[in-house]
Amino acid sequence: MTELPLIGEAVAVAAEPRLAGAKIGVVTFPGTLDDRDASRAVRLAGGTPVELWHGDSELGDVDAVILPGGFSYGDYLRAGAIARFAPLMSKIIDAANSDAKLPVLGICNGFQLLTESHLLPGSMIKNDHLKFICRDQVLRVENNSTYWTGDYAAGQEITVPLKNQDGQYIADEKTLDALESEGRVVFRYVGFNPNGSRRDIAGISNAAGNVVGLMPHPEHAVEVGFGPESLDGIGGSDTEGLGLFTSVLNKIVGAN
Amino acid sequence: MPRIVVDVMPKPEILDPQGKAIVGALPRLGFTSFSSVRQGKRFELTVDGEVTEDILAQAREAAETLLSNPVIEDVINVEVVEA
Repeated sequence: MTELPLIGEAVAVAAEPRLAGAKIGVVTFPGTLDDRDASRAVRLAGGTPVELWHGDSELGDVDAVILPGGFSYGDYLRAGAIARFAPLMSKIIDAANSDAKLPVLGICNGFQLLTESHLLPGSMIKNDHLKFICRDQVLRVENNSTYWTGDYAAGQEITVPLKNQDGQYIADEKTLDALESEGRVVFRYVGFNPNGSRRDIAGISNAAGNVVGLMPHPEHAVEVGFGPESLDGIGGSDTEGLGLFTSVLNKIVGAN
Repeated sequence: MPRIVVDVMPKPEILDPQGKAIVGALPRLGFTSFSSVRQGKRFELTVDGEVTEDILAQAREAAETLLSNPVIEDVINVEVVEA
């Protein structure tokens, strides 16, 4: 019988001090929900989170950017459609497409934002069953050579929470074939497709691998006692989302 | 005040989950003549004054850039409606 860790005392990993210099910007839009969780994930992974405001006209000296989950502008019009035109977004789009290849991670609403920005192909529509869904979801890491997945093993299965209303990933067959053949399907749903996404796609990347979007929430699985519970109780798959954040930090400090 | 009406519909090849739910509900209310439903969006843009060709062009551009997502939707109509 393992003793349960005390809430508030448990830390997922002993973060490496050398990562602390890496700064990851977390953007807040009106209606963003998970910016604090994303910042906490960055901190637990050993990096330094930097709060960014959607109305800012300058990105500052961040080494990477996270577009967190939530309901920017209430999901009015289309999820991510209005936030896509925020002043800071044009800076992020330019930096992601530049030779510097700024690493950008879009989670849930952030993924929707990346498709609306055309940084990633395809689009998101309402879940096929029309309901909001919230569950612990098993994912397979299909590509561990992106900026955000280097700390996972190829084919590794992880469990992270998923919660969405407009989570059905769609694209035309030609685009889907290209994503598959170029290895740009980064995460795939395992065992259960929660929203009708084409080819069980949960997350994709751009060609360079610096821009990754996924529907489930790795930032909710970074801390013992606060993530999905495995059958053995707390601590089994509680921290399996942390790899995205350690991956990009290691990439930034040149370890990968 | 004249208004410019913009109609946006999901692309034909895209499954429309909302339309599917509606078509399922119709027969329960006794409406049995409809085999499919697709749900789109109608926007009404009010113009203070006359609708010039330039303003109409702006509306068309807004329809393609913000009011619709060309990956999943088509702009099927942009027209001036006098109030």
